[in-house]
Amino acid sequence: MNLRIVRVLLRKEYLQLFRDKMMLRQMLMLPFIQLLLLSTAATFEVKTANLYLVDRDHSVASRGLVDRLRASGRFRVADASPSMKLADDALLRRSAGMILGIPAGFERDAVRTRSASLQLVFNAEDGALAGVTNSYAQQIIAAYARELGVTFKPMVMETPHIEIRTRGWYNQELDYKDYMVPGILVQLLTLVGTLLTAMNIVREKELGTLEQLNVTPIPRSAFIAAKLIPLWTIALAELSLGLMVARWVFGVPMRGSLVLVFFAACIYLVVALGIGLWISTTVDTQQQAMFISFFLILIYLLMSGLFTPTRSMPEWAQWMAELNPVKHFIWIMRAVLLKGAGLADVARPLAILAASGAVVLTLAVRQYVKTSA
Amino acid sequence: MSNAAVAVRGVGKRFGETEALTDVSFEARHGELFGLVGPDGAGKTTLFRVLTTFLLPDAGSATVLGLDVVRDLWAIRARVGYMPGRFSLYGDLTVAENLSFFASVFGTTIEEGYDLIAPIYRQIESFSGRRADALSGGMKQKLALSCALVHRPDILFLDEPTTGVDAVSRSEFWDQLHTLRESGLTIVVSTPYMDEAMRCDRVALMQGGRILEIDPPGEIGSRYPLPLVAVTGADRYRLLLSLRKAPHAHAVYPFGSELHYTDNRAGLDPGEVASELRDYARGQGFGDVEITAIAAGIEDSFMELMPAPVQRAS
Repeated sequence: MNLRIVRVLLRKEYLQLFRDKMMLRQMLMLPFIQLLLLSTAATFEVKTANLYLVDRDHSVASRGLVDRLRASGRFRVADASPSMKLADDALLRRSAGMILGIPAGFERDAVRTRSASLQLVFNAEDGALAGVTNSYAQQIIAAYARELGVTFKPMVMETPHIEIRTRGWYNQELDYKDYMVPGILVQLLTLVGTLLTAMNIVREKELGTLEQLNVTPIPRSAFIAAKLIPLWTIALAELSLGLMVARWVFGVPMRGSLVLVFFAACIYLVVALGIGLWISTTVDTQQQAMFISFFLILIYLLMSGLFTPTRSMPEWAQWMAELNPVKHFIWIMRAVLLKGAGLADVARPLAILAASGAVVLTLAVRQYVKTSA
Repeated sequence: MSNAAVAVRGVGKRFGETEALTDVSFEARHGELFGLVGPDGAGKTTLFRVLTTFLLPDAGSATVLGLDVVRDLWAIRARVGYMPGRFSLYGDLTVAENLSFFASVFGTTIEEGYDLIAPIYRQIESFSGRRADALSGGMKQKLALSCALVHRPDILFLDEPTTGVDAVSRSEFWDQLHTLRESGLTIVVSTPYMDEAMRCDRVALMQGGRILEIDPPGEIGSRYPLPLVAVTGADRYRLLLSLRKAPHAHAVYPFGSELHYTDNRAGLDPGEVASELRDYARGQGFGDVEITAIAAGIEDSFMELMPAPVQRAS
């Protein structure tokens, strides 16, 4: 490769990148706004849930349970009656989000057999909300049971029109920020790496400058290198910025080595840039490049375990997720930042990323040379 | 190997169903200003792309400066200056940045190529800090030509360089091409305009991916196969329609204020055609027509060579 020409091209690329003030501003703002929105506004945390109380026991123990739920600040008793039918109606009308059913004999059973039954019914239209509310209620009930030295067992629900789905949240304290921020940083790198790369190369096609460059002594390898290196560095700068925001604005813990984070990012970016380059070879306009990039990125993100854990996906989807570079990088980021994982712990996903990077980049460069020959 | 600056032998290129070039052959000499003339879609741009090593020909072979366009493409790229039909410089870079970028790509500097580009570049030098996309059409064209010249190429390919440029700039541009040619540079230029074709040393008429005729522009008409007369008279449009119905009419086209009438009897004396046609016109009620025998020009030839009538600005 001709290093002099690469240098000449790099100068031009940086000149163009830094001239586009609009894009620079957006790139600086993006990590802030995304982190702000996704980690504070788009939280799963449920402030207060409206509770319909069906207390058929009216005992000290039943009142104690209701008091503790209320005292947590997370539950408000919206209405109460001894009728399960009325409670169901309230759930349907959405004036209550959950029903707490305390059967007659609750206190007696608790005292005599150290075990009593309770019923929790949720409106699971919003599965995530119901799951979170359930997990709050379970915590409080469990604490109350320990206090009384008894066990509460769930009562089997017989109304068929309400379905309760149970979800496994691996963050019981709902520290949503800590969990989301590493994922959002990955998404940021993917956007810069794939979308900007594809658009940047296609823009030269659109402008006709690629035709002009192809009639000069610029080897394709130099052209590709000069296109990828600036975006690679910009993506790493974005990551640094994002990590600073995460650390100092959102107080996300960084237990592992930042060197390892950047090392993984460097490898991951090869994959992201390679996909961007590949997209640029298949399309003719920036609009098409944008659409294909979004299409791929959205699928990658949805299948990555960023929003829903991959373990709860069907088996075929889990297999697909194994091929998803976003998933592996999110896994590495979470493991290193939140759990303080070391190189040995993340060696497997890192190796997968390195292998995908080599494959994707090779294929993309081949495709590029073929289509522009 | 040929001594010609450009030698094309039987080049063909197709895109799917479309045959963009069919058996194209021609030679351009060193130091020649060679024109490719033809309407849009004639294959001029495709031919340029083959010659500048951007496209591979499907058939035939071509050499530029004695170098094969397929085998020696890197050697060609270092010595060729190319100005594509569409403005294709970086709009977000300034005039000076564009120029210095293209100079450095070829491993040279603006200073080293300055004397060659000076006559052109000096006219836009005062805007050197302006972004290229903020330039007028004529200035963009001057910048593009400067960028194509800054590395001192041995041959210049210009694909419809004056499209979208005003008449004054067009004429200036051709003056500059003549200056460049005098410095010994070979120039191959394509144009859809007949007046520009007249300023080339030799032109090749192109149509539908084929070369129809190659001659100096002044001689293109000498091979006109049929007798030709110019007709002037009142009520030009009715006269045109009427002449087209004349018994031996081959083609009648409006040319400026005249009508050019081509007779379909080859070898007949044009004077005879003129007097015959005068009688015909009188018989049709056009008493005041003036008819003179003329020699065919490049436009007549072009009309004749083209299979289908084309729109022309007159």
